[in-house]
Amino acid sequence: MSAQSLIMGHPMSSPAHARHALLYMWRIRKFEEAVEDLFGRGMMHGTMHLSIGQEASPTGMCMALTLQDQITSTHRGHGHCIAKGADLTRMIAELLGKEIGYCGGRGGSMHIADVETGNLGANGVVGGGIPIAAGAALASKMMKKGSVSVSFFGDGAMNEGAFHEAANLAAIWKLPMILFCENNKYGMSSSTEKAFAIDNLADRGKGYGIPAVNVDGNDVVDVYEQAKIAVERAKSGEGPTLIVAETYRWKGHSRSDKNLYRTKEEIEEWRERDPIPKFTSKIIEAGLMTKEQCDAIAQEATDAIIAAVNESVKAKPADPAGLLDAVFKKASA
Amino acid sequence: MSERMLTMAEAIREAMCIAFDERPEVFLLGEDVGIYGGAFGVSADMYHRYGAERVLDTPIAELGIVGAAVGAALSGMRPIVEIQFSDFTAQAMDQIANQAAKIHFMLGGALHVPMVLRTPQGSGTGAAAQHSQNLEPWFASVPGLKVVVPSNPADAKGLLLSSIDDPNPVIFLEHKLLYKIPGREPVPEGSTRIPLGVSKVVREGKDLTIVATGIMVNKAWEVCEKLSAEGISITLIDPRTISPLDMQPVFESVDKTGRLLVVQEGPAHAGFINEVIAQMAGSASFGSLIAPIKRLAGMNIPIPYAPQLEKAAVPQIEDIEIAAREIVKNWR
Ligand SMILES: Cc1ncc(C[n+]2csc(CCOP(=O)(O)OP(=O)(O)O)c2C)c(N)n1
Ligand SMILES: [Mg+2]
Repeated sequence: MSAQSLIMGHPMSSPAHARHALLYMWRIRKFEEAVEDLFGRGMMHGTMHLSIGQEASPTGMCMALTLQDQITSTHRGHGHCIAKGADLTRMIAELLGKEIGYCGGRGGSMHIADVETGNLGANGVVGGGIPIAAGAALASKMMKKGSVSVSFFGDGAMNEGAFHEAANLAAIWKLPMILFCENNKYGMSSSTEKAFAIDNLADRGKGYGIPAVNVDGNDVVDVYEQAKIAVERAKSGEGPTLIVAETYRWKGHSRSDKNLYRTKEEIEEWRERDPIPKFTSKIIEAGLMTKEQCDAIAQEATDAIIAAVNESVKAKPADPAGLLDAVFKKASA
Repeated sequence: MSERMLTMAEAIREAMCIAFDERPEVFLLGEDVGIYGGAFGVSADMYHRYGAERVLDTPIAELGIVGAAVGAALSGMRPIVEIQFSDFTAQAMDQIANQAAKIHFMLGGALHVPMVLRTPQGSGTGAAAQHSQNLEPWFASVPGLKVVVPSNPADAKGLLLSSIDDPNPVIFLEHKLLYKIPGREPVPEGSTRIPLGVSKVVREGKDLTIVATGIMVNKAWEVCEKLSAEGISITLIDPRTISPLDMQPVFESVDKTGRLLVVQEGPAHAGFINEVIAQMAGSASFGSLIAPIKRLAGMNIPIPYAPQLEKAAVPQIEDIEIAAREIVKNWR
């Protein structure tokens, strides 16, 4: 699906909007399940960070963005990438080390960027994308582009110096930026209780002079509504907003996680707060979609992922021959 | 003496536990070193054995973590810091290179920094450019840091205990691919040490001298075995500490073999192994060479993701084999 088919606006404002929000959450879910499967079958190597359970946050945020608006993403970045409109085949192909992958097989899961949809890239470095998003916002301001930039990052990243420095720059320069924290309660094994001496991460905003809001990160509507306000603030020159989305990652941090630092009950509790059925019932109740239509959307997402996997598996593996030439961009004549 | 075959992760853990038992001022801090047991399982059950005060889980804040270690080291403690991937020493580089490395010298010897920074490095795990670097030259080029690169469990144990004893900051670079494999030699029991700054002659031969670091020692060993069946005998030298660097065994060996092949994982350009070449070029043993020095190193590129690309980016056993055979056959 091409990026141009992205739909902006409130997820409940029309059947088309509802459909988009549901489809994109399903695409993320199915994509992550496919990645887990490819990994399990030994077809993908390296590591993976799955965002199952967190689909509403990137979907809601990106429904408030245009293609010109930019994002920076994280090691857990598949959802951001999909929500911003990336091509599923090129994503899977990247994970499989194929030439047609977004990075030509050179980057893998943690480094997918998609210039066309304003995605400046996932990041292997916790916090690494936050100052970059501030810089993108600075460019937007200097060049009067009218675009905003959104940095997605985790709760853990908030304790990196990069967060502090970028937040302050964004605040003093009134940058058109949104600092979007996906608070999934853990940075690897560190709970927010252990890693912070404050209860509400949004309290951090005050120290920088940045307005901050908490949103239900598993509710695509709540995320969208606050995202929209933040985007308007940014675009009208009032500066950055910190959004703290409360959510949870169902799966381990990466493939080697034994989940020793949390309980089964806690995971179970959050699985019951699944963002997808939550939104599904909302739109059925509101008469925007029928149950059958919703089921068909889930199926559509599954089919799209299967097609992407099949196409990627057949694609040509990346060739080591060009590696040396790939380091520097050639100066244009 | 028992013949205990440990993995490198086990040997490192054993060394840390011995140091914990011997000195109350030794403690471990880092991201996920506690209940998780370390990203690569090195600290494992230490959290349960020593408690949360000595096995200190930190937030994700490398600059703060290393800085806290430096300050604690200045003030009577002996911290072991684990940085989850060596790539993220970049975040902490001010505390490593500007503070820890310089304090003793800059302050006229008034203070010193007995700190060990352990960190996994290297490629081969498919973790791509920001999780796979070999940064040996970053540290080796900073006066005031000692830099240890163990290639096997027994050395790792003895070198780590010496590093913890050392009154200076020591960067201890562990290769991820070595963590889970047992070494070729047993690991001695008890509180044993291997001094820093002493190169190890891993095996002796008469046709060629290979100097390799870290995981490349293991790859070169395979080549030595294979070529010995073809009648080519090789001396393999593992510097073990790349700063300070003990070149004496290399000079002595080259005086006998007349041929030198150096191998490192990191990019060739301005890499650590070039120091070996430079010192050889300036030594009396230079005259013993009957062949040009051959260097094998990583390509001058970031580490790529796809397995076929990643393999191409760093020297493999086959590359070492070809180079070794060529230099011996072509220069007589
Ligand atoms: C600078 C840096 N330090 C450590 C790591 C290792 N690491 C990768 S993800 C992660 C946890 C990040 O937690 P959070 O920011 O909350 O994101 P989440 O994984 O929960 O999505 C850690 C410690 C890293 N990639 N970069
Ligand atoms: Mg988190």
